[in-house]
Order: sequence, then structure tokens, then C-alpha cells
Amino acid sequence: MNILCAGINHRTARLDVRERFAVATEEAPALLSDLSSVEGVSGAVVLSTCNRVEIYASSLCPVRALDGFRKILSARTGLEAPLYHHDTPYAVRHLFRVASGLDSMVIGETEILGQVKKAYSVASEAGTATRTMHKLFQHAFHVAKSVRTETQITSGPTSVGSVAVELAEKIFGDLRHLRVLLLGAGEISERTARSLQSRGVRSSVVSNRTYERAAQLAAEIGGMAIHFDHWDKAVADADILISSTNADGRLVTPEKLAPVMKGRGERSLFVIDLAVPRDADPAINDMEGVFLHDVDSLQQIAAESLVIRQREVERCESLIESHVGGFMKWLQSLHDPEWQR
Amino acid sequence: MERAALIGSSLCYLFALGHTLFSLFKGRFRPGRFNVAAVAAGASLQGWYLTLLGSQLHACPIRTLPQVLVFLGWSIALFYLAIGTSYRLSLMGAFTAPVVLLLQVAAVFIPAGEIDPVRGVDPWIETHASLSLVAYGALGLSCIAGLMYLVQERQLKSRRPSAIFHDLPPVITLAVTVRRLLLAGFVVLTIGFAAGFLARTPIPNVKICFSALIWLLYAGLLADSLSGRLGNRRTAQGAMLVFLLALLLLPVIQRLSTLG
Repeated sequence: MNILCAGINHRTARLDVRERFAVATEEAPALLSDLSSVEGVSGAVVLSTCNRVEIYASSLCPVRALDGFRKILSARTGLEAPLYHHDTPYAVRHLFRVASGLDSMVIGETEILGQVKKAYSVASEAGTATRTMHKLFQHAFHVAKSVRTETQITSGPTSVGSVAVELAEKIFGDLRHLRVLLLGAGEISERTARSLQSRGVRSSVVSNRTYERAAQLAAEIGGMAIHFDHWDKAVADADILISSTNADGRLVTPEKLAPVMKGRGERSLFVIDLAVPRDADPAINDMEGVFLHDVDSLQQIAAESLVIRQREVERCESLIESHVGGFMKWLQSLHDPEWQR
Repeated sequence: MERAALIGSSLCYLFALGHTLFSLFKGRFRPGRFNVAAVAAGASLQGWYLTLLGSQLHACPIRTLPQVLVFLGWSIALFYLAIGTSYRLSLMGAFTAPVVLLLQVAAVFIPAGEIDPVRGVDPWIETHASLSLVAYGALGLSCIAGLMYLVQERQLKSRRPSAIFHDLPPVITLAVTVRRLLLAGFVVLTIGFAAGFLARTPIPNVKICFSALIWLLYAGLLADSLSGRLGNRRTAQGAMLVFLLALLLLPVIQRLSTLG
């Protein structure tokens, strides 16, 4: 029995091509049925994410199976399928790397494992996950877990939003009862606010020079808008201040924050300055209870996380290699008459 | 036998320290079980050492400065096991192990000196001394939490936080821990002092003055901190400074105790 992997991903196909090949969850059972009816194919799983569409199949004749897959996908999309393909044991290694996040656009991202599990579960429900596929995917989940726990491949945040979230968590711990004040209604501050909301931040206040834009953004993120003249009063209630205005001078200064910090007791203030030129005077970082980070520092932290992850790739590969060996032994044992008896 | 227990416990703390340093150096630190297990084993062996010694002396084994240091280290380790693990303060074990190891090493190298003649005679003195050391265990751990707070605060204010940043708990958790340990230590310290005043044995005035100085410093620190007059950073610094001062005064107080 051979394991075959065929597909397209972010490295081999542009987004407009990937869009055409993407498989919605409700379309998957029909496609799986078509794929497993290809001559020589005994089982199939389809993994479709924003960065890849891949078919994993158990087959006695990979060449014929690949040809069949190309025809099915071309008929479905009207495009010639630019599929890359891997045979055993490379297909096994590829799945293990994909599930571990090593083949992702952002190395070490963990969302992919959930997507692989979903793909396997859809195939199981459709009845196209055979014993070999079952063993292969269970092994892949185990590998992904080992890679995650035994290496630092998932270490640190890798985007400005996730860095802001991690810093906020290292200041406040639980983010659920925190209040965010957005100064300026730019796209990057909106994304950062949404990242914080995704981790539990409930209350947001938006202040912008154009009140209408503040009101619009407040409506979108479920917050409240205030006039720009009142932001310095609102900061007294805020735990996190995200600033991204086009102001000429410094808006957030030690003079403005000193009275605010005096009345806050032990409560800290996290200032995220996303504006260029900067809105916050760097001197506020020296004030007790104030933590300031700007675009440069956030991007630097994200870049360093990626460097750490990159350094871990070699360890992950060797871990995966040992698991590929283990799986191949199992696969070969299926053909061993001693074992079958 | 007691010497073996003491060496064994020192090795446990040394393992915890070595493991942490190695893991941090390799960038693979995973806070948790190893440090807890090592500190638990170290504390058990220290407890065994103190039990053996206590049964020999027929009194609480805090009659010489080395014994006091071992008892203090044991108290810090016990507070870590009770508080550090329940609040999931990752890395606290890594900070606790070297402090306890340092106390233990000091206990080995410092000459035993004269044996305090009064303890074992007056139960109130015995209660006073042992409760004071238990209190210093909590206050020692607040000093460790304070150090962790200052490290994490520095990391958060820095533009390039190092690897340890990811492993240290949130500053707010550390600030709360410092205050709680200060409060717990202060309450036990106060009870210990009260027991001292109930003792029939006369206590030298200089010793009372030194002890009162430490008590007053902790009372002031706690009052200012709980009322919000003192921020988290200053509370952490205060917890460290007062404990270090108490540690420096410990040999003096011990010496005064032996003079009766």
C-alpha cells in the first residue's frame, strides 16, 4: 500500500488559483466519494485551508491515482490542476510537517492542526478514511503534539496583534475585564483591538479627530465613540491605550499621564503606539505602572519569535524523521505475512 | 545521618538550579514539575535533617546560626510549595532553589559558634523563635517574588525582552503575590513577637530594638502598599530590601540571643 499526497499550496499557486480549488465543508463528502472511486484508491482525505488544498490517499497505484485526481479537480474547477505530489514515504513526511506547522506560511502556527483534524473527521464521516489513513492521521496528530511540546516551534507571537496580546497578558494576566481606548481609527489599531477582543477584552472606546469615523469603528467592534477632545479623560478608565493618529506632535506625554496614574493606584497602563510619527513620548515608559511599546518594538519582538522558530526547524525535522520511520515500519508490517498471520 | 540528609537536600536544590540554568541556556525552559519535585525533595530532606537534630536536642533545632539558616531555607521552600505551585507561578521554583541553596551553603561554612543556652527551657521563646523563622520564610519568598516582579517589569519595559520574559508570570500576579506573602509573613511575625513578650526569660534590649526595627519596616511597607501609597515596583523593592536587611541582622540577633 502506498500513501499519496497531491495538492497546491501558497508556494505553488497564487491566491486566485487556490480560491478556485478550495473545498467547502459541505462539498467535501461528494469530492471524497469521487476521489475514492478512482481506480486503485482505497481511501482519501481532503485538506482545504486558505493556504493549501491537498488530497491524501491510500493507493495501490499512485500514478493512476494521481491521474484520476487531476481529472476530477480539473472537471470541478475548469482549470488544469497544477498539482505537486509526493509518494511514500515523502507523503507521510509531508503530512507530518503540515500538521506540525512546518509547512505553513508562518512557521509553527497551530491553527493548521485543527484544520487537519477537521479534514480527517469529515473523511471519517464520509467513510473514506481507511485503516491506513486512520493510522496515518492519528500518527500525524501525535507527531504535531510532540513537536509542539518538545521544541519551541510555537514559541512567541509572530504578528503585531499577537505581540500586543502577549504583552498585555504579561502585564494584566486575565484580559477579560480590561478596557481599551483607541486613539485614532486606523486599520492597524483596529486589527490590534480585534486581537485583544479575541482574547477576552470586553470594553472598547474609540476616539478620533473625525467623530463619524470613530462612531463607525466603534459600531464595528462593539464599542463606544467619544469626541477627540475628551480622550485624556477617558484614559483614566482605560487599561490599554492604542494610539494611531496623524498628530504632528506628541499626544501622550508624561505631563498628561502623571495625574491619571496618580489616581489609578496599582492599575497599570499599557500604551501601544502604532503611529508614525509616534504619538507617545518615550519618556512615559519610565513612569511607574506605564508600559510603552511602539510599532518598531512590536515588530522586533515578532521578528525575534520567528528567528527562534526558524532555529527550531532542524530539531523538528529530526523528530519528524524518527516518526516517519516508525510509521513506515507499521506500513511495511501490513505486507509482512508473519504479521498478517 | 543528619549530615547525609543536609547534603542530599543541598543536591536537590543544586539539581533544580542546574536544570533551570541548562534549560534557560538552551532556550527550552518549561516551568513546572521538575523544579517542584526538586524543591519538594529538598524540603523533605531538610525536614528530616531538622527532625533528627530536634530529637537529639530535645528542642526546636534553631540554637546555632547554621541551624537557623537551614530552618529559614526550609520555611522558604515550604511556602514556595504551598503558594508557588497553587498560584502556578512558573519559574518561582527556579528563583527559590538558589536562595535556599545559598542559605544551606552558608550554613555549612559558617562556624556554629556558641549554642543558645536559653532555648529548650522556655516554651514561649521556642514558639517565638520558630514562628519568627516561619514568618521569614514567607517574607523571604516575598523577596523572591519581588525580584521576579522587577525582572519581569524590566522585560516589559524593554524593547527586546529576552527568553525569560515568556516564562515569567504576569507582573500583576507577581505584585499580588508579593503583597499576600508580605501580609502572611507579617501576621506570623507579629504572633511570634507577641510570644517573645510572653517569655519569662529576659531578652536583651538591643535584640528587641533590632527586631522592632524590622517589624516596623514591614508594618510601614505593608501599610503604604495596601493603602495604594506605594506602587507595585516600590513594594517589590521594599520587600527585597527589608528582607535583605533582616538577613544581614540575623547573625547579630543570633549572637545577642546566645549572650542571653
